[in-house]
Amino acid sequence: MSLLSLKNMKTSIGQYHVLHDISIEVPEGGVFVLLGRNGAGKSTTLRSIMGLWSPSPGSVTFRSEDLTGLHTAEIAKRGIAFVPEDMGIFGGLTVAENMVLATADGSFDKDRLRWIYDLFPALEKFWDKPAGALSGGQKQMLSVARAIIEPRELILIDEPTKGLAPAIVDNMAEAFRQISDRSTILLVEQNFEFAKSLGRDMAVIEDGRIAHAGTMADFAADQDLQDRLLSLSA
Amino acid sequence: MERLNETIDRLGGVYLLPLAVAVLAFVLIGAPSSWATLTVAGLAMGMMIFLMASGLSLVFGLMDVLNFGHSAFISLGAFISASVLAAMGGWLGAESVLLNAAALLVAFGAAMLFGLVAGWFFETVIIKPVYADHLRQILITMGALIVVEELILAIWGGTPFSVGRPAFLEGAFVIGDITIEIYRAFAFALGLLAYAALYFVLNRTRLGLLIRAGVENREMVEALGFRIDRLFIGVFMVGSALAALGGAMWAGYETLITPHLGADMMIVVFIVVIIGGLGSVQGTLLGAILVGLMSNYVGFLAPKLSLASNMLLMMAILLWRPNGLKPAVK
Amino acid sequence: MTQKPSLIIKLAVLAIAAALLFWPFLFQDVRSIQVAARICVFIVLVASYDLLIGYTGIVSFAHVMFFGFGSYGSAIALDQMGPGWLPVGLGALAGVALSLVIAVAIGLLSLRVKAIFFAMITLATASVALVLASQLSGLTGGEDGITYKAPDLFKPATKLWLNAEGKVAQLWGVRLNGKLAAYYFVFLSSLMLFVVMLRLVGSPIGTVLKAIRENEARAEAIGYRVVAYRTFVFCIAAVVASLAGSVYAVWLKYTGPETALSFDIMIDILLMVVIGGMGTMWGAVIGATLLVLAQYYLRDLMGAAAEALSGLPLLPEILSPDRWLLWLGIVFILLVYFFPKGIVGTLSAKGAR
Repeated sequence: MSLLSLKNMKTSIGQYHVLHDISIEVPEGGVFVLLGRNGAGKSTTLRSIMGLWSPSPGSVTFRSEDLTGLHTAEIAKRGIAFVPEDMGIFGGLTVAENMVLATADGSFDKDRLRWIYDLFPALEKFWDKPAGALSGGQKQMLSVARAIIEPRELILIDEPTKGLAPAIVDNMAEAFRQISDRSTILLVEQNFEFAKSLGRDMAVIEDGRIAHAGTMADFAADQDLQDRLLSLSA
Repeated sequence: MERLNETIDRLGGVYLLPLAVAVLAFVLIGAPSSWATLTVAGLAMGMMIFLMASGLSLVFGLMDVLNFGHSAFISLGAFISASVLAAMGGWLGAESVLLNAAALLVAFGAAMLFGLVAGWFFETVIIKPVYADHLRQILITMGALIVVEELILAIWGGTPFSVGRPAFLEGAFVIGDITIEIYRAFAFALGLLAYAALYFVLNRTRLGLLIRAGVENREMVEALGFRIDRLFIGVFMVGSALAALGGAMWAGYETLITPHLGADMMIVVFIVVIIGGLGSVQGTLLGAILVGLMSNYVGFLAPKLSLASNMLLMMAILLWRPNGLKPAVK
Repeated sequence: MTQKPSLIIKLAVLAIAAALLFWPFLFQDVRSIQVAARICVFIVLVASYDLLIGYTGIVSFAHVMFFGFGSYGSAIALDQMGPGWLPVGLGALAGVALSLVIAVAIGLLSLRVKAIFFAMITLATASVALVLASQLSGLTGGEDGITYKAPDLFKPATKLWLNAEGKVAQLWGVRLNGKLAAYYFVFLSSLMLFVVMLRLVGSPIGTVLKAIRENEARAEAIGYRVVAYRTFVFCIAAVVASLAGSVYAVWLKYTGPETALSFDIMIDILLMVVIGGMGTMWGAVIGATLLVLAQYYLRDLMGAAAEALSGLPLLPEILSPDRWLLWLGIVFILLVYFFPKGIVGTLSAKGAR
């Protein structure tokens, strides 16, 4: 029984069909990586799960509950968190205010907050500073921290390493490892090395369709498949 | 030059603009007593315009909805408050200050209540079907404005309607050779109070955090599990009620109102939100104070240029900052 | 929005054109010829507005201002220089020049930003123009406006054609005098302006405009300079509106805030373009004709209804001819909800099925 399953999901934005047929099964626990070239439909898949685009036809099932057609806020309340590509930071609010909004009732669980401070010490340091003044890497940390301040079963993360310095990427990788002990992560990633080090299962999206699905170990071993599905020249 | 910029930023940046305008006007006007009277009038006018404009700005910031019918709430507020005051002439003219104040309170309360109801109606019936379609939004809210203005004409007639004022707000303080009309001081104080309340809600409560976050990034707030659309109805209603309150206060300030009031104020309100930057309450306050001061100073120095001066101010500010002085972070 | 007009639409437009061409011979009272001239001018005005709203999707509230610039240009020139063709031409030119300058300024200042910003700025600009026109009373006559004489050719006493007895000749019982010449001046000028716009819409520029309207980001990506195109269309629309204003000023021999600048005219234009159908030049013809006819004849009907209901509370107030905008406003809202494509768009869509 998988945690999240997408069946024949099709999504159109305006008059453009972005997703043609996406079916994936995300098992519980660990990191599931979605790979694919730019514009293949990875971000659209995450946004469709979150209800920010409405897929039709097709269905999104989470813990055997059908999420299709639910309002984004309702989907979030089912225990799914979202770290969007643009990070979605509220720049005019302080780091603390950003975090408060992500809590269920406005109060922090002390242990979880301690854990987050340990994962991302910068957040503790800039706690009362406006989030808009943070660096790109720190904003990414804040975005991830918001997604884990409450226990969530599934965290959708869209290209977290984009434009980050190598040291911060390493920090992220360590954080994701710890997070995946507690929640399932569905990760969209362009950086294959990063994805390889984290992923247990994976799928490749090409032109709005699933082109390949399997375990990361198998995929990492198959150089031909990687070249065919991921290289830019193909 | 750079150091100068830094210094200005540290002292308050664009918030210094009204001060600069006031100083410039002081030099141009020359007579301190006239200047003081005009400044108080400008501040009072600014606070009333702020009330009228704040809702428009927030509603736009939160849902990208621009309500061209917003001035309908201003007109309705003015006429309802004036009618209530007229009906309560007995209390208004009574000896007791308490009764006077009660009449005013009932009138303003009625205006705001009506604003809440009209806002709810506007949002759910008129605007909801055309979310995310700017062209139809502009057309439909404009159509609604026409209908409301015509209804006001049908109900109250086209002749100027005189507005009662409680006795304790008539007259003026005289300090040295400076005269300050009591109603103006009252309008300023009430506006300041409303601003303080708004500021408190927006910056010190979870609800306010949500609104500010929603203005910046609606999708993300929804992805955190909040229903922005429900929040939005509330903001729309409160914004409409504030506009109605602004209209009611304006009616007392002008003492003679016509159905054109809404349309006239609409232009000023638009100029204010454009100058201030859509979506930000601080920006709206800044724009409103600037416009209020400019109107009064220019009205004194060169009466014919009064409205055009606001227009020129807007053009100049747009050339300098295309998104207004203090736009909400997007 | 890009369907071909259906047969009914084509026939209707043809019928309107024919009616306008022969109008002075069909209806001979003074009022109906006023109606016909107003229809001609408003077809041009609405079509030029449709270039903006229908073909680029931007909402401007300053269109009546450009109309007013043209009107006041010709009116002031005729008033100051006396009747003649030179003042008409100079005035029209001045109106066009002013319109161009303001249109370029507004366009460059605000067309980069959101559509909504543009709508607000044009609204503010137009109301300042209205206030200025009534304040500069030395030049514009203030609230009262200016009354002046048209060129001699258009005087009712002018004889275009003499019969054997040396009197004004008649054709089908219509006297061939200056009034007739004035009407055909309005008709032909309007026709010319309309055809120019039709050509513009059919040209490659029209295709680009449609591309921008359908998908701005895509058009930008393909390499069209969206802001430049929009500013260009805004200028063209302003120039045409200004010329229409000049023509109307010559016809009316009076120009004031009510006839040339008031916001009511802007509302009329909006109603006409929405009723007729946005994005189709034909919609302008149908919308303008219907609404002008309604303005003149429906109001009479409302007056009669109000009188019949006098004695009842509020109803006569609401039905009085002065309140006719109330009903138009309601019709307008319903139209935008249920028939956003207007008459032409709705009928064409049905025909295509």
